[in-house]
Amino acid sequence: MSDAILVSGLRKTFWTTTALDGLDLTVSTGEVHGFLGPNGSGKSTTIRILLGLLRADGGTAQVLGADPWTDVETLHRRLAYVPGDVTMWPNLTGGEVIDFLGRLRGGLDQAKRDALLERFDLDPTKKGRGYSKGNRQKVALVAALASDVDLLLLDEPTAGLDPLMERVFRDCIDEVRADGRTVLLSSHILSEVEALCDRVSIIKDGRTVESGSLTQLRHLTRTSLSAVLDRPATAADLSALHGLHDVVIEGDRLTGSVDTERIGPVLDALGAHGIRALTCQAPTLEELFLRSYQS
Amino acid sequence: MSAYTGTTELLRLAWRRDRVLVPLGILAIAGMAVSSAKAPLALYPTAESMGGAISEIFASPAAVALYGPIGNPTSPDSLAVVKMTMMGAVFLSLFGYAVVRRHTRSEEEAGRLELLGSGVVGRRAPLAAAVVLATGAVLITCLLTALGYIGLGMQSAGSVAFASGWAASALAFVGITAVAAQLSSTSRSCAGLAGGAIGAAFLLRSIGDSQATLSWLSWISPLGWSTQSAAYGANRSWVALLGVAVLVAGVIGSFALLDRRDLGAGLLAGRRGSAHAPASLSSPVGLAWRLGRPGFLGWLAGFVVGGLVVGGLAKSATDLIKDPGIADMLRKMGGGEGLLEDVYLTTEIGFISVIAAAFGIVVALRLRSEEVAGHTEQVLAGATTRSRVLASHTVIGLLGSAVLMLVLGGVIGVVDAAAGGSAGVGRLLASAAAHVPAVWVCIALAVCAYAWLPRIAAGVAWGALAVFLTVGEFGGLLGLPGWLIDLAPFTHSPRMPVEPFSLPPVVGLLAVAAALLAAAYAGFRRRDIG
Repeated sequence: MSDAILVSGLRKTFWTTTALDGLDLTVSTGEVHGFLGPNGSGKSTTIRILLGLLRADGGTAQVLGADPWTDVETLHRRLAYVPGDVTMWPNLTGGEVIDFLGRLRGGLDQAKRDALLERFDLDPTKKGRGYSKGNRQKVALVAALASDVDLLLLDEPTAGLDPLMERVFRDCIDEVRADGRTVLLSSHILSEVEALCDRVSIIKDGRTVESGSLTQLRHLTRTSLSAVLDRPATAADLSALHGLHDVVIEGDRLTGSVDTERIGPVLDALGAHGIRALTCQAPTLEELFLRSYQS
Repeated sequence: MSAYTGTTELLRLAWRRDRVLVPLGILAIAGMAVSSAKAPLALYPTAESMGGAISEIFASPAAVALYGPIGNPTSPDSLAVVKMTMMGAVFLSLFGYAVVRRHTRSEEEAGRLELLGSGVVGRRAPLAAAVVLATGAVLITCLLTALGYIGLGMQSAGSVAFASGWAASALAFVGITAVAAQLSSTSRSCAGLAGGAIGAAFLLRSIGDSQATLSWLSWISPLGWSTQSAAYGANRSWVALLGVAVLVAGVIGSFALLDRRDLGAGLLAGRRGSAHAPASLSSPVGLAWRLGRPGFLGWLAGFVVGGLVVGGLAKSATDLIKDPGIADMLRKMGGGEGLLEDVYLTTEIGFISVIAAAFGIVVALRLRSEEVAGHTEQVLAGATTRSRVLASHTVIGLLGSAVLMLVLGGVIGVVDAAAGGSAGVGRLLASAAAHVPAVWVCIALAVCAYAWLPRIAAGVAWGALAVFLTVGEFGGLLGLPGWLIDLAPFTHSPRMPVEPFSLPPVVGLLAVAAALLAAAYAGFRRRDIG
């Protein structure tokens, strides 16, 4: 499978602020790729470089096999973009904006457009300033989804959508995936990422910290463990044991976290102390992200 | 909590945001007023040295339509301020308007007032803070100007009257803008309302001052008050009270409107529109035309009215000047020999070409406001190129300004011919067209500034126009060196129909404009957007 987006060692500095510091990102054709990171970590900067709006100071970026800075016109016929903060021309209606953005991309499917307006329950006759944040977001989404493009770049597209519309959005992305098209989805909504994304990349301070499928990422983290023991263990008993971390012993209760691949040996060792009660918990997505964000 | 809670905090915030802009505006206007008075004072230190002729020039209907009546034809002090009175009143009114709009409708449109409104801030506080800041800026400008004139040795009472006249005009527009900010639902329509009011006021007093039977029109125009103060003559300092009255009425009215509307909305509500885009809206230039069309039509209406006024006055203006001495002087001021009517029309068309350049700069700077609003990003994410995006508003500015000039020339010609004048439609069209290259240089400069220095593009573009205007208008009076005066593109426009058409300056101006546009493209294609 070829790669729709191939970024390596991307650097971008604004005056003295380093926005991207050697960022790597690979998005395979046909996948929905989650793009995650704390605020200010460089997600929007990356997307704007992929759009040719910003010029990278270093590193390479390829989008659909083309150079995003030089091959703007041909490349942009094949992609659509939804900004995180959609602003609308105050005196243009939503319908006019959808048509205009679609035509700039080389035309849009009228039947699809009307169906999407229906699904997103959007009134296209209101003027720009009459729309709420969520409705402005819908205008940009309809314009992007109604065009027949190979790649969708979505920068926090659902911030401001209500749960009902969030559901419609997920259905639409599933359809895009079924068509074999590619999506780069930047988002803070973890349930959305978990439901939609085949793979995710987590970035921090302009660098990629984790990348892979959610299952793979889960493996990189630890399982939390809490056990009540017959014969209390001492820190010295456990110091030789690999893979057990953050140990706290309170009377007969031991809590800690275990490297996921070391669960077996650790349980064996604890068995020697007589396990009376035991709870193990796989890491939640939230823990996964918090750990990556804070690392 | 009262409706005014937080006014002082908001005033401090406004001052923090404007601590460069406002002092700069004050110093620019007061400085221009004081420095422009020096040269005439040196030339004509006493009433005797003036002779009768000079003040009579400024009493001719053509000059009066532009500058307003002279306060006292026999006073050198009055002569020293005659050119600055009306122009300064317009600048100061625009200044007051800009400050009010900036902190009311523009803030509300940007959503920042919403953030403030959720804090411990009274409903009327933002508007009150904006009005206080604008009023303070206007009053300080007037005070500094009066002190500057007194410092030059000009009569004190007259200097106070001069400042009172300015204050009357500008304070009135502070009040009018406060109302406009409540009526309009966008920053742009607020500009249209308040700017239209300033334009209408200028037109009213222009007619009132030049037609004796309609002189009452000058008294209902706030801009008329700045000349009705008759500085260094009758010294009607009390006109300031008229301005204060309009300000108070405007503030009371705008508070009443404010209490009746929702945050973010105007009283002139937005309408619904089409669900589909017209075929013309499919390219960056189509978008630029769609966005710029209402503004262009407004300017076009202004140019038609201006053409009617200038053309209508042409014959009567020149018929009245019987004195051969004055006629000779006017010819010299016009820069050449020719029929007096031609001299008058050449001067007017040249002056109005500066206004056409202002239109073009407004359009060109829309490139910047579109980028700041995040719209350029959305357009460039489509399958278009940087050159097409840069060209979009530029083309509207260039073609629009040319159309404005041609319409102006045509209207003047037709009206003049109908009134029995002899200028001729064809000659005036040619004259108007000959001024277009200089206008284009100003627009191209604004585009170039946007491409290379986006953050300060507006300052560079307007600053350049102000310098060109000042150098062109006052360069001779101030005794500036020739090369400095030559920097102003307007001085190179063929002074048709007084002088024949001359190709080299036109080609030179077009070449400069083309070079600036090429430089703009070179800068725009390699810089970051947003």
